[in-house]
Amino acid sequence: MDDDGLVAALLSGSDTAARELVTRHSPWMLAVSKRILRDPVLAEDCVQEALIAAITKIATFEGRSSLKSWLHRILMNQSLMKLRVRKRRSEDSIDDLLPEFYENGCRIEEVGSQYRTPEEILGSRETVDLVKQHIEQLPESYRIVLQLRDIEEMTTAEVADALELTETNVKVRLHRARSALKSLLEPVMRGGGS
Amino acid sequence: MNALRRTALRNWLHGVMFKSVPLMINCREFEGFILEYLEGDLTRRQSFVFETHLKVCRECRDYLTAYQTTTDVVKRVFQDEEAPVPETVPEDLIKAVLEAKNAR
Repeated sequence: MDDDGLVAALLSGSDTAARELVTRHSPWMLAVSKRILRDPVLAEDCVQEALIAAITKIATFEGRSSLKSWLHRILMNQSLMKLRVRKRRSEDSIDDLLPEFYENGCRIEEVGSQYRTPEEILGSRETVDLVKQHIEQLPESYRIVLQLRDIEEMTTAEVADALELTETNVKVRLHRARSALKSLLEPVMRGGGS
Repeated sequence: MNALRRTALRNWLHGVMFKSVPLMINCREFEGFILEYLEGDLTRRQSFVFETHLKVCRECRDYLTAYQTTTDVVKRVFQDEEAPVPETVPEDLIKAVLEAKNAR
């Protein structure tokens, strides 16, 4: 059954279609929710709630995007709601990982190194795991913006809306998150791998 | 001349140039334009100023290369997690969803 057929069957209230929806879409939904929440149990709850919401609201699916995109939006709303409710953890400062400058405004940066390409970095399981670990290391208020903008491909306006921030604030956090991650990934990019 | 003195001299020269040449920004100001440059949100004049700095500043060129590599890697690092449908069916989840669906 393709997604159009699945939607039609869900509209008629079919249990078989609901079963198919869960089987087909829950694996990627769980992966996305775990990335956002960093809590497997909370992520499972979230996927369950998102799937129930999708089945309940299937009549509102207009087919203007793919079923997967529509489910992704529902899942993001559920995950971000949980993230907002969850008690805020105290965060480490990100300042030590941001670019440094001399008094005259010149950048302090080691020059002349050959950087590995993204393909080279992503070509090894070991460095892929290191990149993921470094993303995890970012303070949550920065990590979540990086996650939503660069990984879940939401727009600045969508992220601002979801996190109840201004667009300027989203841009500032995104830039700082990327800069901090760049510092953390320096050894990986230069080929040191630690 | 040792490497440390060469770096100090280059920084001093850059500092003077960034301050005295028209339309030249320093690295700290350049930093504030990076995101908007990469997103295509700068005006033509701002882009010109940004790219002029980039041409003369090796530190910012290297920094921008690493920044873009980081962004590319982040965008692609989770692609392998778009998990295929597993062989085992998530029976607990199906049961919970069906119960909720049929209770409405």
